Amino acid sequence: MTTLTDPPQESFRLSMLLNDTRYRSYTFQFIALICLVGFIGWLVSNAAQNLEDLGQDISYQFLGESSGYDINQRPIAYDSQSTHMRAAIVGVLNTLIVAVLGCVTATILGVVAGVLRLSNNWIVSKLMAVYVEAFRNVPVLIWILIIFFIMTASLPGPSAFRGDDPSASMVLDAFAFTNRGVYVPKPLWLDGSMIVVITFLLSIVAMFAYRRYATKLLFDTGRLLPMFWPSVGILFLPTLIMFFLLGRPIGLEYPELRGFNFQGGIQVRGSLIALWFALAIYTGAFIAENVRAGIQAISKGQTEAAASLGLRPNRIMNLVILPQALRVIIPPLISQYLNLTKNSSLAIAVGYMDVTGTLGGITLNQTGRAIEAILLLMLFYLTISLAISAVMNVYNNAVKLKER
Amino acid sequence: MKKSMLLGALTVAGLAAGAASASTLEDVKARGELNCGVNTGLVGFAAPDANNNWQGFDIDICRAVAAAVLGDPDAVKYVPLTGKTRFTALAAGEIDMLSRNTTWTFSRDVDLKFEFVGVNYYDGQGFIAPRELGVTSAKDLDGATVCIQTGTTTELNLADFFRSNSISYEPVPIETNAEALQQLLAGACDVYTTDASGLAASRATFENPGDWVILPEIISKEPLGPLVRHGDNDWGDIVRWTLNALVAAEELGVTSANVAELSNGTDNPEVNRLLGTEGGLGEMLGLDADWAANALAVTGNYGEIFERHIGENTPIGLARGLNAQWTEGGLLYAPPFR
Repeated sequence: MTTLTDPPQESFRLSMLLNDTRYRSYTFQFIALICLVGFIGWLVSNAAQNLEDLGQDISYQFLGESSGYDINQRPIAYDSQSTHMRAAIVGVLNTLIVAVLGCVTATILGVVAGVLRLSNNWIVSKLMAVYVEAFRNVPVLIWILIIFFIMTASLPGPSAFRGDDPSASMVLDAFAFTNRGVYVPKPLWLDGSMIVVITFLLSIVAMFAYRRYATKLLFDTGRLLPMFWPSVGILFLPTLIMFFLLGRPIGLEYPELRGFNFQGGIQVRGSLIALWFALAIYTGAFIAENVRAGIQAISKGQTEAAASLGLRPNRIMNLVILPQALRVIIPPLISQYLNLTKNSSLAIAVGYMDVTGTLGGITLNQTGRAIEAILLLMLFYLTISLAISAVMNVYNNAVKLKER
Repeated sequence: MKKSMLLGALTVAGLAAGAASASTLEDVKARGELNCGVNTGLVGFAAPDANNNWQGFDIDICRAVAAAVLGDPDAVKYVPLTGKTRFTALAAGEIDMLSRNTTWTFSRDVDLKFEFVGVNYYDGQGFIAPRELGVTSAKDLDGATVCIQTGTTTELNLADFFRSNSISYEPVPIETNAEALQQLLAGACDVYTTDASGLAASRATFENPGDWVILPEIISKEPLGPLVRHGDNDWGDIVRWTLNALVAAEELGVTSANVAELSNGTDNPEVNRLLGTEGGLGEMLGLDADWAANALAVTGNYGEIFERHIGENTPIGLARGLNAQWTEGGLLYAPPFR
């Protein structure tokens, strides 16, 4: 006779979905999911039905039709006979141009301002505080407009460069600052220029190789090789030698006043400058605060320890504090990059033809396909933002604290 | 976050679609107010005056419709719209009619599903340039920087004009007329292009109008007129025939001064039908018999509206030109009131 019996093998019963705590939460989550899907489905079908009643069908055919309008800043070949799709791509590229320029400039500004704000020099730290507070507390649209209007109002028009006694002249005969933008010389790639470019790229690789070797030598043997001047030499000398050996294969095309405007060279339009600077100084102010927070998160003992080892303040910052602070700085930096990219859609305020200006502006107007164009725009910004955060997350994983 | 934005957009689309379905005439009467989409500011056509009252050629169309429908010309809510926002506002039912120097084109009429009820101004696209630029023809503009209001037909005409003449230009797209003028005055663009009437109106506001020339080329046909949504033909009829009434009144010699007197009955049957003393035309529209008389008493006939806001005695100084009655060599031709 057995007093002990195995607990009965429980088979799954339907009532356990409600009565058994192991399953109950799943049941409720599943019901909630069904409700959510149903609600979304109802919203979508409701909107679709209403659109159909209005006689507005969703169609992307317009993307294949010719656009009929011109765009001033064209990174790729485009004219008014190109399709709306191509106009959208031109806009996307323009968005990316200003986003990349803005992110790079904002990072430089932000890191410099953030570090200087912690300076022991009273004037420097207060100046940086003023910069941060002034720029992050005024809407970026206002900054875009202010910079744009200051440029148009204060810089001379191209006609001021004309005549025997012009009231304005080009800087170094190479740069023209006008209220339509800044004209800079454009490199001309002649025969053999590729060799020079390849030499330069190899020099960059060589420079990093030398620096790595010097660091390794320092760590292994304690011998300190000079770092700065050899790096500069490796970077520029071979390229310069190759440049003159091949008979100067890279020329410069200078802008010159012909007709109504400067022709030749590269025109950096006033709208791009205004948007770029405004986004950079605005976002830079936020990044400065991130950098300051990152630095202050590093315990003061680190600075003191480094100082007691005899490191000078510059090196303490570069070698001890900043590498550790990066872990704190990177995650909020990602969201600042995303903000900058999304804020670039304010471009239309100064007539910069980004994707909101082409696809979401002129194309939308000329074709009247508002919903289609807006959905495409949302998709584009979503893609760009996710791509930026993916890249930055990879970087973040590379610098974050490796816990063992 | 992203999902909720999409949902929000769809919900708004759904709600907007719902609002647009009832009869516009009933909506307007129930509301006691006409929602009229107008320009954000174009002197002579639609601009608020010093007392913040909207004045202008396009505004008087709104006032005439309000007088005809509601009997009160001031029962109008003016909704200032840019070139970009105007069609969405009309399609979404935010406004009952759009009277904002809008060009009647095939695709707007057919594809965007609007109903242009007529033409109140026959215009064409021109260029304005500073006199010191020394340009006498638009064909001299090779390489010029051209300011342009974005989201308008002028943008497409401009591309076509320069393309067909094989000359290059640099377009500077700008959101509103006021900003474009600012850029032009600062010299950030060489020329500004928009409808010739708009150019004349803008030049009148300049400090030294004589320093600016309007180039002789008119590069497009721009029939400007009020429009309503597709699908409510009764409402379209009301706006169309109010406009026609203004035009016909000029042809028949009915003015704001004599409309009260003529409303007592005349020997001319067409005047009587127009002013509602015979024929019952107002009833057919679902309005009072004296709908046209109400409108005319407020705004006067087409000629009076023209002379008051943009005619030769105003700073804008536009000649009647194509906008004269057909009997005087123009294109204005109201169908018979019968």
